[in-house]
Amino acid sequence: MEHIISVLVENKFGVLSRVVNLFSGRGYNIETLCVAPTMDPSISLMTIVTSGDDRIIEQIVKQLNKVIDVIKVVDINESEFVEREMALIKIHTRQEDRAEALRITDIFRGKVVDSSQNSYTIEITGDVKKVEAAINLLQPLGIKELVRTGRVAIPREPARTTATQPKRILKEEK
Amino acid sequence: MKLTGAEIFLESLKQEGVKTLFGLPGGVVLKIFDVLHQQKDIEVILTRHEQGAGHMAEGYAKATGKPGVALVTSGPGMTNIVTPLVDAYMDSVPIVVFTGQVPTQLIGNDAFQEADNVGISRPCTKYNFLVKDVNDLAQTIKEAFYIAMSGRPGPVLVDIPKDVAMNKGDFRYPQSVSIRGYNPTYEGNKWQIKQAVEAIHKAKKPIIYVGGGAIFSNAHEELMEFAELTQIPVDMTLMALGAFPATHNLSLGMMGMHGSYASNMAVHYSDLVIAIGSRFDDRVTGKVSEFCPEAKVIHIDIDPTSIRKNVHVDVPIVGDVKTVLRELNAMLKATPNGNSIEQRRPWWNQINEWRTKHPMGYVQPPDAKIKPQYVIDRLYQLTKDKDPIVATDVGQHQMFAAQHFLLNKPRRWLTSGGLGTMGFGLPAALGAQAAFRDRLVLCIAGDGSIQMNMQEMATAMISKLPVKTFIINNHFHGMVRQWQDLFYEGRYASSYLDTVPDFVKMAEAFNAAGFRATKVSEVDDVIKEALKTDKPVLVDIEVDAYENCYPMIPAGGANHEMILEDPPEMKRGEKPASKVAGEDKDTVLTA
Ligand SMILES: Cc1cc2nc3c(=O)[nH]c(=O)nc-3n(C[C@H](O)[C@H](O)[C@H](O)COP(=O)(O)OP(=O)(O)OC[C@H]3O[C@@H](n4cnc5c(N)ncnc54)[C@H](O)[C@@H]3O)c2cc1C
Ligand SMILES: Cc1ncc(C[n+]2csc(CCOP(=O)(O)OP(=O)(O)O)c2C)c(N)n1
Ligand SMILES: [Mg+2]
Repeated sequence: MEHIISVLVENKFGVLSRVVNLFSGRGYNIETLCVAPTMDPSISLMTIVTSGDDRIIEQIVKQLNKVIDVIKVVDINESEFVEREMALIKIHTRQEDRAEALRITDIFRGKVVDSSQNSYTIEITGDVKKVEAAINLLQPLGIKELVRTGRVAIPREPARTTATQPKRILKEEK
Repeated sequence: MKLTGAEIFLESLKQEGVKTLFGLPGGVVLKIFDVLHQQKDIEVILTRHEQGAGHMAEGYAKATGKPGVALVTSGPGMTNIVTPLVDAYMDSVPIVVFTGQVPTQLIGNDAFQEADNVGISRPCTKYNFLVKDVNDLAQTIKEAFYIAMSGRPGPVLVDIPKDVAMNKGDFRYPQSVSIRGYNPTYEGNKWQIKQAVEAIHKAKKPIIYVGGGAIFSNAHEELMEFAELTQIPVDMTLMALGAFPATHNLSLGMMGMHGSYASNMAVHYSDLVIAIGSRFDDRVTGKVSEFCPEAKVIHIDIDPTSIRKNVHVDVPIVGDVKTVLRELNAMLKATPNGNSIEQRRPWWNQINEWRTKHPMGYVQPPDAKIKPQYVIDRLYQLTKDKDPIVATDVGQHQMFAAQHFLLNKPRRWLTSGGLGTMGFGLPAALGAQAAFRDRLVLCIAGDGSIQMNMQEMATAMISKLPVKTFIINNHFHGMVRQWQDLFYEGRYASSYLDTVPDFVKMAEAFNAAGFRATKVSEVDDVIKEALKTDKPVLVDIEVDAYENCYPMIPAGGANHEMILEDPPEMKRGEKPASKVAGEDKDTVLTA
């Protein structure tokens, strides 16, 4: 099963590679990976989408916890959560397709963030299903380039938060 | 107070109580060696190869329970010590390895003797550091020792660029460390311990499965109390030998691939496996799906990743063996279990039957070739009063030693289990001898393995480390030949080692003492000779080249499916011809 795992790590060089090495060295799968700073500049948040049966996910969480630069690990799937991904999609737009492109963008509440004589760049944000649906619909118009951020996720309240209050989290046992 | 990085290095090591350092110099660490040269608090043992330095640090750590320390240069110095790092990582040995690095401004430029030390060592250390500023050096060293020694022990590497060693900085040694992402759990969860007590009371066929964790935790007394209190039989892994006395009536000896018949039968048919600081390695479990099929499993381990990694666990207890066993013993004493001992009488009858059916034995006809088991047995009998430390290499001789050299105390057994590193024995023995100058340190070596770190005989001579090495010489990679007999129809592909070198002459070339035994009647004599000698000794013992090591659970077999002797369908290979010109004294292989 697919799991989204939030990992709070020290913001130091080499940490990304420690985490990625762990996955590659043990044959675990990384589907998407997102790294960004938190409100505390000494801490970064990694959001990893991975998959495996319960035993593998349990090992992944334990192994991540074991990495010394990892401060906290949350398996987001353990509770209700909200997830988002963003895609930037550059499509060919022949004159006759322009209206269709705009309509699709509109349906998905996307935005055209750049346009040229024969292209639009469309921004779509949403859960994976929505992003993929939009991509599927835009495909027939001719996608020139596609970039996706990979997913980020946050548990719904009331639940443990991930990165908003690092000070408090530090005191929790790992 | 302003000190150079090299001086800070020295002062920090002194603060950590380091007495011995194993190393080999090179350009970027000359400054540090220069500082070490001008002081007397820390003894520097110059090795002949960085791999030697790493294994010596491991031997030192295993024998003393204190961290072993090595210092090597950049580039090839670092890459040469990778094997000991991996070895220490697999076997949870606390060593701190310092490597030199090119000056900070050259890092990444493919400078002379530059290697990506932290990159290379990342997957083979518990943690590693690159020190970029001399003012961070003391703090880093403090953290390195703390990480190596706490929780599940392991190797830590500290990479020190040349300019960091030369520059001056403030020296203040930190009193404590706190690393927010690292807080090992020592106390076990009380509720889980209570579950364990209940399971123990209910069990009719329980077994204790002790691992190396009991030794790292210095928990032999607590373990003894636990076993005696509950009267539960004790199986040990290769890494646990000595954690519980082999001669104690509750001991069933080593378990696993080459473990005793009783130990493996007992674990297979048990209804409760109490794993104490052991990690369910595949050499112990055999076919995992058939490992102790009827048993509940209690697992005490300080590393949560060890728990449920390979097998299902019913009562997981994350914590330190010593701390948890104390708690467990206290609870057990508070709830008397008189009748549970009574209800296990049939279990003990069964175990005693297994014990007598296939004891760990061997046959040594007086006129036949020397059996390797006989050598180990005699070595054990003739040295046991001296409470020796025993190091081994890797192969059949290692397994024979594990089976026949009975150890009653912890930290007497230095062997490479997880990685199985040939060439581990001699340097590990030297490391232990450096820590305990007055004790008897033995190395039980294979003729193949010893050649992998033979150069350290020079270290033994120069640093006056009188290790007694006994080479169980079968002129083969014996363990490989055994598998070829059993699984490759006796085709001895690249396992014959021929008749060179002459180990006695080799010993003499180092100015050490060399002895040889080729007949059964000579074995006691050479052992006694070796023990009388003050110098390092190499004893070459020509053994039966075709002896195989049993019991054996073939890879992928279940624990009760042991092979106990050469199977009738086994095809013995042809005797390989010696390729040494003019060689005619190949007495070992000719019948
Ligand atoms: C040729 C060859 C043959 C072998 N045959 C056998 C065999 O027949 N039988 C056998 O047993 N092995 C055999 N081995 C060794 C085997 O490969 C493993 O190394 C060994 O079984 C592991 O032992 P262990 O479970 O005690 O784990 P160790 O590697 O000693 O690990 C210790 C465990 O204890 C935990 N721990 C550490 N400190 C603490 C603490 N303070 N408190 C609590 N827990 C702690 C660790 O987290 C870890 O899980 C063989 C090796 C070779 C090279
Ligand atoms: C560095 C290394 N290379 C290869 C092996 C594979 N291997 C395991 S045992 C063995 C043979 C060991 O021969 P020897 O030291 O003579 O011991 P014996 O089995 O003959 O007692 C080999 C090659 C290993 N364990 N380590
Ligand atoms: Mg051999």
